[in-house]
Amino acid sequence: MKDSMIRGADIVVRSIIAENADIIFGYPGGAIMPVYDALYDYHDQVRHVLTRHEQGAIHAAQGYARVSGKVGVCIATSGPGATNLITGLADAQIDSTPLVCITGQVAAHLLGSDAFQETDVVGISMPGTKWNIQVRRVEDIAPAIAKGFYIARSGRPGPVLIDITKNAQVDFGEWNYVRCNGFRSYKIHTPIDVLQIKRAAELINSAERPYLLFGQGVVLGKAEAELKFFLDKSGIPAASTLLGSGALPEDHPNYVGKLGMHGNYAPNLLTNQCDVLIAVGMRFDDRVTGDLKRYAKQAKVIHLELDKAEVNKNVKAEVAVIGDCKESLSMLREMIQDKKYDAWIQRFRELEQEEINAVMQHDLTPSKVGLTMGEVIHQINQYKADDAVLVTDVGQHQMIAWRYFNYKKSRTQVTSGGLGTMGFALPAALGAQLHDYSRQVICVVGDGGIQMTIQELGTIMQTKAPVKIVLLNNNFLGMVRQWQQMFFDRRYSFTELDNPDFIKIAEAYNIRAQKVTERTDLKEAIEDMLIHDGPFFLEVVVEKEDNVFPMIATGCSVEEVRLS
Amino acid sequence: MKRYTIFVITENFIGILNRITIIFTRRGINIDALTASESRIPGIHRVTIEVNVNEDTVIQLVNQIEKIIDVIKAFYHEDEGVVYQEIALYKIPVSKLDGGLEKVIRQHNAKIIAAEPDFVVLELTGHKEQTQELLEILKGYGLLEFARSGRVAVAKRMLTIESFIK
Repeated sequence: MKDSMIRGADIVVRSIIAENADIIFGYPGGAIMPVYDALYDYHDQVRHVLTRHEQGAIHAAQGYARVSGKVGVCIATSGPGATNLITGLADAQIDSTPLVCITGQVAAHLLGSDAFQETDVVGISMPGTKWNIQVRRVEDIAPAIAKGFYIARSGRPGPVLIDITKNAQVDFGEWNYVRCNGFRSYKIHTPIDVLQIKRAAELINSAERPYLLFGQGVVLGKAEAELKFFLDKSGIPAASTLLGSGALPEDHPNYVGKLGMHGNYAPNLLTNQCDVLIAVGMRFDDRVTGDLKRYAKQAKVIHLELDKAEVNKNVKAEVAVIGDCKESLSMLREMIQDKKYDAWIQRFRELEQEEINAVMQHDLTPSKVGLTMGEVIHQINQYKADDAVLVTDVGQHQMIAWRYFNYKKSRTQVTSGGLGTMGFALPAALGAQLHDYSRQVICVVGDGGIQMTIQELGTIMQTKAPVKIVLLNNNFLGMVRQWQQMFFDRRYSFTELDNPDFIKIAEAYNIRAQKVTERTDLKEAIEDMLIHDGPFFLEVVVEKEDNVFPMIATGCSVEEVRLS
Repeated sequence: MKRYTIFVITENFIGILNRITIIFTRRGINIDALTASESRIPGIHRVTIEVNVNEDTVIQLVNQIEKIIDVIKAFYHEDEGVVYQEIALYKIPVSKLDGGLEKVIRQHNAKIIAAEPDFVVLELTGHKEQTQELLEILKGYGLLEFARSGRVAVAKRMLTIESFIK
């Protein structure tokens, strides 16, 4: 045996290190034990964080990936370890989050025999991964990991799963790592079609009421500056999707608000009044468009999008510019005229005032006794750092936090957008925090969602990650309750929760905790939380039956957005 | 709704067929026929899929298939854009043979490819309409077994696999 021969498990860990990963989230078990044994030797080169559940590991990897722009890495064992990753994979797939997940698998000779903790994770994860592979021989480990990292981070990012049989982990193989730079079936660079840029510029230059929508593609394509320069010159009003928030500072003069079911009033309503609609790095999700048959039918649509399969999928584009929006926005900027659309932007401002009067005043400066979710976020804004990361779960608090959080920097928004995964926030916040201990990471979560992954308080305790957890507690599955109120005759079927004493739970994990029930205590509590050096758990008891507005009800058009 | 032939040029990667078919399953689209074989270039496979959908749907399907990492290229054609063939085998009991079968075989250009003491096997290649027509006739001859392949097809458009793997 040559000296350069090392165990497959060592190859796994060395390969991860070779890809510049500095942190691995994981959970050990039988079929992945050789890799855990190897991790013991490399702990000075790569940090491993033991979560309390594999779902926690993958959401943490997602949170890490979303704030850092790097590939999140997680490891789990075969069988239940692997299946516990599935929710996170599906989440990362629909939200284009780069991940490499490594699962242990039973020895190759046992495959198909229903061996202990054997599951066909490659089969199960196929629809929820950008790519996956089973590795059965030691010599295939390094090439698979190299390819996996390349696929995860390049093009439209996404999750990759690499399933490695136990025999491959314990066999000896040559260590010779070659990073992947592409292969013939996977072309990531689409040259921008200049003709389409010209056509887009012509449409924009002759438009009277152009309107730009931006999504996470701007963040993933690192095109924040290009978007800003384009808007500065073009004068076009711009609105953000849920995952696009942060790509443009909200104090930009062209910024008009947020799109979608619980977005802002004007950006939704005026979608059906613009004459040219420019969509940048977004996929016309149904939560953005409402009824497609009545969505922007009057407008000529220009779609700047990396993923060809997204073009014409939901909304037909008059002009499709396929490719990196960093490039296409710059090219387009060269060809458009310097303009101002004061009257058109004024329309947005007028409608914004209606929303302020009808909704925001109640949310932010309520006259009622009960605390609102909105005023909590409003207070957070007063004390948070400019680059504070907001991590949210799913439901009413998610929509409210998104609506009122003051986004100033890119990659400050971490939430489960496409999949709507309750239980996402706590582990994702942990992952986001572990990328940078010095950054403010604020995890806003509901009383339903937190109980889906509350065990990760243990990981926060062990890592001392200074996550600021803000639990907005209404003792209800609030969003479902809102729908029951509005669309199911107030039949509150299984949405009310008898909750535990969250403060005791947090304190049991040695996390400093405080409960606020009165408005007068809110401000100080938030200030205390944000200056506290370490994790903090703030429970705010909010109005039990409050609703999120504006709202575009299912099946309605964007112009039917309701203020109450 | 229209009949389309989808061609997929792909690396020979375990599970690739699964990745392709789940795109149809997820959208509730039935695959009418599917054939897979190695192409003339070793290591590269081609999959031919026949579906009945509208054009918007077939475009979506092809875009989604092409997104699969190990797929090199996917495209679709209407029937007019491809030259295609199917093969059908018919097993007939000897006891039912009579003078009439010769005429049927001649008229349809079918072949007898096996003759056993108890049965004969006829073969016909052609379009589905043709193999179907013979099927209907042979039902009158006590047809014991019938099998028909999916379509194999080549495009009329002049494109080579090499142009996609550069």
